[in-house]
Amino acid sequence: MKPVLQSVIHKKYPSFSVDVEFTLDQGIQVLFGPSGSGKTTILNCLAGLQKPDSGFISLNGKVFFSSKDGINIPVRQRRIGYVFQDYALFPHMTVKDNVLFGIPSHCKKAKQYRLSVLEVLEMLKITHLQGRYPKDLSGGEKQRVALARALMVEPELLLLDEPLSALDSETRRSLQKELKELQRIWQIPFVLVTHSRKEMSTLADEVLFIERGKCVGKVSSQASHFQNKPLTKKEALK
Amino acid sequence: MLDPIFLSLKVSLIASCFVFVVGLATARITARNVFAGKDVVESLFMLPMVLPPTVLGYGLLVLIGKRSALGGLLMDMGIQLIFTWWAAVLASAVVAFPLMYQSAKAAFTSIDLSLEHAARTLGSGEFRIFFHITLPLAWPGILAGLILSFARALGEFGATLMVAGNIPGKTQTIPLAIYSAVETGDNEIAQKLVLVITLVSFLTVFWLNRWLRKKVTVWKKGDETRVAVSHP
Repeated sequence: MKPVLQSVIHKKYPSFSVDVEFTLDQGIQVLFGPSGSGKTTILNCLAGLQKPDSGFISLNGKVFFSSKDGINIPVRQRRIGYVFQDYALFPHMTVKDNVLFGIPSHCKKAKQYRLSVLEVLEMLKITHLQGRYPKDLSGGEKQRVALARALMVEPELLLLDEPLSALDSETRRSLQKELKELQRIWQIPFVLVTHSRKEMSTLADEVLFIERGKCVGKVSSQASHFQNKPLTKKEALK
Repeated sequence: MLDPIFLSLKVSLIASCFVFVVGLATARITARNVFAGKDVVESLFMLPMVLPPTVLGYGLLVLIGKRSALGGLLMDMGIQLIFTWWAAVLASAVVAFPLMYQSAKAAFTSIDLSLEHAARTLGSGEFRIFFHITLPLAWPGILAGLILSFARALGEFGATLMVAGNIPGKTQTIPLAIYSAVETGDNEIAQKLVLVITLVSFLTVFWLNRWLRKKVTVWKKGDETRVAVSHP
């Protein structure tokens, strides 16, 4: 069977170049490396926010980028969830409007979205925050809202850029656990960028070590949990 | 005495509308794009702010005068621009444009790029991003630019005199009427008009300052300061 995510990314910068190649099936893939090593560039290329000079990106058999065939699917058609480093919540919208932003308005009117907003808010424990504005949220709460917003569009891949770096240690610990659970519930690959060794060791199913734009090593954890029967979203909510 | 007041308001309002649309579009383009000759274009946009109004007036005469190519073409179509109140609109718009452009551009560039990126990953097209993210967040700066443009258009004198003339009841705006009144020694009219334009300008700027303070929350995040509309 083909891997869920296939990517070959080459991108040149004046001072260095990014050249990585990796595949991913399930679980949490951690891109680990010092700041400035090109980790965020890799996420941006996967999401389509940046264009590789050459390479190939496909997800679930759909080709998103291929320099050979001249394919470059725009960001909005890729259905890749992205949780940004500073969360990038829309400051002029309530938590609820933020979370609903990715749902097309004709679906909103007909209430035709498959995931109920309440379920997602419930799962991330932010139901009570619905009416608040981002400036009134703590770091951990912002992180949960950003996660909910990204998951509402039912992505086939979730990208997380340093998701826990701005949080205090207690919030970080509980969110780490929840991120792992979310991945098992959602059953989509997560690609997570970090420069913290601790975060890497608790979260990763597979680690790619990135240095100066190159992949310098790869480690898989004992992926026994992949064999576990996946929970459905409904079951997990109970 | 009422003619100049109504004419001034009409000219300034229409000029502000043009400046709003053109300023918004140009600011959006220069705020987010890099292109060859951008520095030159941006300097040209700011030029009306520093050039003497007579130079602008002369430039406009060359552009739309009866013997110019554009003016001649318009004449053939039966449209006379020069020495009509539309010429006053044009002069006011040119002079007020840099204020709108500058404010809107600053407002657009102050918006965190990652917000627009986030909207893109959530499936939004550029149109939706502009109207739901960029415009609402940049709105305080844009409105400030618009109000200042209006106030500047209201006070426009030099370029207007050169391209629209000083025809009472036709192209004589408040500043021109004050000039004529003082010239002919009609102090009473001059004083009244001075009072009106000072009052209108003061109230405009006063209201803008109040509104901005009330409506805008500045909050610090890391080292950067971002501006956004606050809600009740």
